[in-house]
Amino acid sequence: MTTLSSRSRPRRLRSQAGSVGWAVLAWVVALAFFLPVLWMAITAFKPESAAETWPPQFIFKPTLSEFRLAVTGMAPFLTHSVIATVVSTILVLLLAVPAAYALSVSPVKRWRDGLFFFISTKMLPIVAAIGPLYVIALKTHLLDDIWLLIILYTAMNLPLAIWMIRSFMLEVPSELLEAARLDGAGRIREIGGVILPIISPGLVSTALICVIFAWNELFLALNLTVTNAATMPMFLISSVPQEGLYIAHLSAAALIASIPVIIIGWIAQRSLVRGLSMGAIK
Amino acid sequence: MANVKYLSTTRVFAKGTPPAVDALDLDIHDGEFMVLVGPSGSGKTTALRMLAGLEPLDSGSVEIGDRDVTEVPPKDRDIAMVFQNYALYPQKTVAENMGFALKMQHVHKDERTRRVREAARLLDLDEKLLDRKPRQLSGGQRQRVAMGRAIVREPKVFLMDEPLSNLDAKLRVQTRSQIAELQRRLGITTVYVTHDQIEAMTMGHRVAVLRDGRLQQCATPRELYDNPVNEFVAGFIGSPAMNLRTVPLADGGALLANTLFPLPPAVRTAAKEAGLSEIVLGIRPEHLHQANGSEVPAGQKHAHAADGSAELAGEVMLVEELGADALLHVRLPEGGDQVVARAEGRKPPAPGRQVTFQVQPDDVFAFHPVTGARLAG
Repeated sequence: MTTLSSRSRPRRLRSQAGSVGWAVLAWVVALAFFLPVLWMAITAFKPESAAETWPPQFIFKPTLSEFRLAVTGMAPFLTHSVIATVVSTILVLLLAVPAAYALSVSPVKRWRDGLFFFISTKMLPIVAAIGPLYVIALKTHLLDDIWLLIILYTAMNLPLAIWMIRSFMLEVPSELLEAARLDGAGRIREIGGVILPIISPGLVSTALICVIFAWNELFLALNLTVTNAATMPMFLISSVPQEGLYIAHLSAAALIASIPVIIIGWIAQRSLVRGLSMGAIK
Repeated sequence: MANVKYLSTTRVFAKGTPPAVDALDLDIHDGEFMVLVGPSGSGKTTALRMLAGLEPLDSGSVEIGDRDVTEVPPKDRDIAMVFQNYALYPQKTVAENMGFALKMQHVHKDERTRRVREAARLLDLDEKLLDRKPRQLSGGQRQRVAMGRAIVREPKVFLMDEPLSNLDAKLRVQTRSQIAELQRRLGITTVYVTHDQIEAMTMGHRVAVLRDGRLQQCATPRELYDNPVNEFVAGFIGSPAMNLRTVPLADGGALLANTLFPLPPAVRTAAKEAGLSEIVLGIRPEHLHQANGSEVPAGQKHAHAADGSAELAGEVMLVEELGADALLHVRLPEGGDQVVARAEGRKPPAPGRQVTFQVQPDDVFAFHPVTGARLAG
């Protein structure tokens, strides 16, 4: 039987109080981040008249009227967003895996330079690049074309994807690759049959991050498309008319716009955590 | 089944640094179990990897079955390797792991299954385990899967890189004999790397001792034990290690703690020709036989018995009881040198007691104090 000395008891309480304090702080911060989103979700179910009130109403009769309004005309925007996001993410994965392989497992001679080049493309503010991009799009007749967005989103997400997938590939034990080489696996087999199955959680989390960035991208879409390739973020902007502020309408539209990503994130959350923390603990 | 030859193979990792493997010349016979043994950094794993094709050669060549394979990729060398950490594919089942190489060779599925089953039977692997993933197996089972993966390929040469080092002590002893028996049964040339000299002695037909990238001696375990070619081999092979002390030469032999150890005339001549005033004396702990101390007659300078054996006296400082034996750490007079002696396990002398040992002249080794080379008789 152990008896605690009177000296250690206060120390135990102090550490308990400390951890409780951190927990409270964590909750406060989480709520602070979540509250605007929650407010948006609640407001989406309010009729427009009840939305713009102060103090804000928590008790009301929920209605789908704003959703009905918001959904009208949304279909093409939704379609364009889905196409641009899905196709660009697939392209990113197809290109990033071999690139990451060439920068990690089987490095090319100047892999450090290559890696830095990729990251450097993210250092340029997109605002500085939009002028030349517009001119290029104009000359190649790609303005307001979904393929323009696909190409640009792919280019936008590729550096991050390469960086992430590379770090996952580095976690694969080299003995495993040597065993595969001895067993007669060619490069394709080595990547497809050995490396990819091991890093699959990492691939999922990379894909998810690319989806989030592509889905929410506004600046390029706004400047380079009009109707034929307009995406969901532009639809949301169009919900903000010149006069007046239809908060409920906007909230409904924004909620619909964010639902796909929330669902994907929910489904893939375990994979996301595992992928992002892969290799952190051996 | 084939022989293996290392011909002056050299590997230098970074320019300017000493070679990891320095001009290794080794001839491994067909069907032989050759053990490469040595301390960390001795180049044994690098030498194995060069044979596998996982490490390029800086000079020299490697031959398998009298065919130069220096430029041949690993998969075409007809070898199979067991890695230290097993390197099992985590997403594949045991059966898939074992059959992967055959799949790469486009062996038909039925033939693959047959060979995998056969190897599993040979290794005492339960059929139930064939559909499990590696993470569901114990360490010993994983080790057997790694071996099965190599056996299934029916290669010309087995390469094994410290396959027992991740097993617990008891399993290691068990698996050691199983591997040796398996190799005898299959008759496939095997190159086995270990840092454990007990594994080397018990498993190998011949053992190659490496140090700092250079081959020290390649011989049967018996030969290594009885006739080490230098001080390093003498001290490396045998457990507990041989007692090695630098001692001055005297008339008729060498002097250790007031005891004259007679040396054969050839050794004395060799020492004189080399201009030595002292040598390194080597006596194995098991060759220090406990005896009743004989009185040193008046007029005789040093203690020695009539039959030419030397008598060494000292005080027991520490007794390590191993059950069957006991290891005595004995402090010698004059200088406080310590030697280790093996004694009967039943009633070892207690610490503090004075003991006397008899050493036969044949059991005494002499080495050059600088080069470490054996001063041969």
